[in-house]
Amino acid sequence: MTVFNLAIELAYWQQTVIRSVLALVAVLLPAGTLVYLYLFKMMSFMQSRLGPMEAGPYGSLQLLAEVGKFLQKEDLFPRAADRVVFKAAPFVVLASTFLLVLVLPAGPDAWFINIDTGVFLALAVSSISVIGILMAGWGSASKYSLIGGLRAAGQLVAYELPLVLAVMGVVIQAGTLNVQEIVLAQANGEIFGWGGIGNPFIITQFLGFIIFLVAIQAELTQPPFDMPVAESEIVTGYLTEYTGMRFLLFFIGEFATAGIFSALAATFFLGGWYFPGLDPTDNLFNLLGPVVLIGKMLLVSFLIFWFRFTYPRFREDQLQQLAWKVLVPLSLLNIVVTGVLKVMF
Amino acid sequence: MNSEASTQQLSYIANQASDARVNIELETEGMTLNLGPQHPATHGTLRIIVRLDGEQVVSADPVMGYMHRGYEKLSEVRTYPQVTTLVNRIDWLGSFANEVPFILAAERLMEVEAPPRAQWIRTALFELSRIANVVLFLGDMAVQLGATTPVFYAFRDREFVLNQIESVTGGRFHPNFDRIGGIKDDLPKGWIQETKDVLARIHSFCDEMQDLVVGNEIFQTRTRGIGIIPADVGLSYGLSGANIRSSGVDWDLRRDGGVGLVHDQLDWKVWTHPDGDSFARYWVRLQEVRESCKMVDQILDGIPSGPIMAKVPRIIKVPPGEAYVETENPLGIMGYYIVSKGDLVPYRVKIRSASFNNVSITPWVLKGVYVPDVISILASLYFILGDIDR
Repeated sequence: MTVFNLAIELAYWQQTVIRSVLALVAVLLPAGTLVYLYLFKMMSFMQSRLGPMEAGPYGSLQLLAEVGKFLQKEDLFPRAADRVVFKAAPFVVLASTFLLVLVLPAGPDAWFINIDTGVFLALAVSSISVIGILMAGWGSASKYSLIGGLRAAGQLVAYELPLVLAVMGVVIQAGTLNVQEIVLAQANGEIFGWGGIGNPFIITQFLGFIIFLVAIQAELTQPPFDMPVAESEIVTGYLTEYTGMRFLLFFIGEFATAGIFSALAATFFLGGWYFPGLDPTDNLFNLLGPVVLIGKMLLVSFLIFWFRFTYPRFREDQLQQLAWKVLVPLSLLNIVVTGVLKVMF
Repeated sequence: MNSEASTQQLSYIANQASDARVNIELETEGMTLNLGPQHPATHGTLRIIVRLDGEQVVSADPVMGYMHRGYEKLSEVRTYPQVTTLVNRIDWLGSFANEVPFILAAERLMEVEAPPRAQWIRTALFELSRIANVVLFLGDMAVQLGATTPVFYAFRDREFVLNQIESVTGGRFHPNFDRIGGIKDDLPKGWIQETKDVLARIHSFCDEMQDLVVGNEIFQTRTRGIGIIPADVGLSYGLSGANIRSSGVDWDLRRDGGVGLVHDQLDWKVWTHPDGDSFARYWVRLQEVRESCKMVDQILDGIPSGPIMAKVPRIIKVPPGEAYVETENPLGIMGYYIVSKGDLVPYRVKIRSASFNNVSITPWVLKGVYVPDVISILASLYFILGDIDR
């Protein structure tokens, strides 16, 4: 059933321009939303305070004020810093974020790139941020930064594996590495012969979903996995020497990645842009899809931020133990069970 | 001077030796990290020089003195009533408690005793300042471990306690309320009922911390078995207060000291913990806040009527002599040794404060732990910087 039709035919270059602009939006919008909604407001309400209230109604313009503040600050370099590495580090981290957003489909035709190895690409480019963080840690020429950078590298490498393995269950079940087709597989799936709400993989891959959530929490270096930036021990780790615009880039990178990882979790496990009861090939989804996806993203990131504000942090060795001794075996088990069931049914 | 130089030389040689050992084992160079004086975890200006092998501490050396304010010397040119203004800045979180042992020592020298009502109110404020102090620790320990939320709850509920202290004394942080021979003023109207409501709040805060922090698995993995101080080591370093009680030593001056407060007339319990680790120190302090609430509750029910000042001369001259009085303050044992030559001012005041000893155990307890545990152990030892350096 076609409700209405967006009868727009665009040339390839026009589509490219639009997609480039929208990629920028897709990075900045979740970052801004998460910072205001969760970091400023939800966190404050959880901690029995109001949060920003002065800039705009309910402090809604606080974000602009913060960005303005960061832009005004002097661009400082530590004297002993490796200037090129120090300068480049935030951009490497942000590049990983921008590459990550590309694989996210937001509707049947609303995608940035639609390739058959989308999942592979997403997991590969998400590791680029490790290089940026190591660069920041090394280039700052500060002991705290070095400790933080090395901790971050160890942690991100350790949690890359559960992240990949958790998605493998989804890939096996959907039978494809194409992110768009994973969404469609969930939209067209059936639960015991009933296709009312499709088959979001969270039902069959619940274990995978939990492991994925834990792993992205660690990838984002948020509490309880924020050892690399533990502010009470190593000041802020690899961010210690950064100020102004470069700090802002790291900050945007962190929260944009939080949003995009949440959106990826929503895509892999919650059905992505699909809303139950409608036809997934409907053109309407090119408009509705982004809204649905953002809604699901906010749901997942709510969980992430909830844990962030509640838990104390793990120690570095305990954190590695959790990854290698608990999450990796569990996700391997998940893959085995999923594979066996996939062959049987 | 000579012995200090030779100690430094010895520690330098020891560091070289430990470096050499590390290099043979791992072919790595040690790193010296200055934690502080400006560091987010030291909440003040404490500097700890840690030598690291990777993330493991080879040796830790606290450097004190960044906050030295010379109170002992300043006291020698202040009259006795003026000294309380100075000393309640020592432990600024529970400041009323700092005045009490000084006043008690002066009273012992003058051979006056505060009337019963003054003693009961004094004890109530003493315990309220303990609550105001330790409640902040309960939140701060969690924030050192990375949980941001509990510290806001701590500040929220501590505010009510401070309000109660303020409505009696007029000062939120520095009451300066204790007088030789009694207290400055009587309780304001309606204070007893308000305080009871506040105590109920603190009780629910303790339950909240029990769920949010003590019951948290990550908190337990981060603190259980970390920074264990055996009882004999703790005693030899002069630990006191909750730090030594959490090593299993059943020693509390409120019960065992017998100074001029009314703790012996109240029904309460001294909590100890056999483990001696960071978790035990948190747990014991949590129980102590509950006990303090119980005590204040009983005091509010049982304050006798009567005068609040004994008969003391308008111009206080303390007869010649010496007196040492120590009380169980929020951070541990605090003692004042006063030497008087019969003047308006004390001839010499020596202050024994708990945090100095609590910090001096750090080289022993930090050896071999990881950097994250340095912070959790320091937080659990709980020191106030003003209390270290005076």
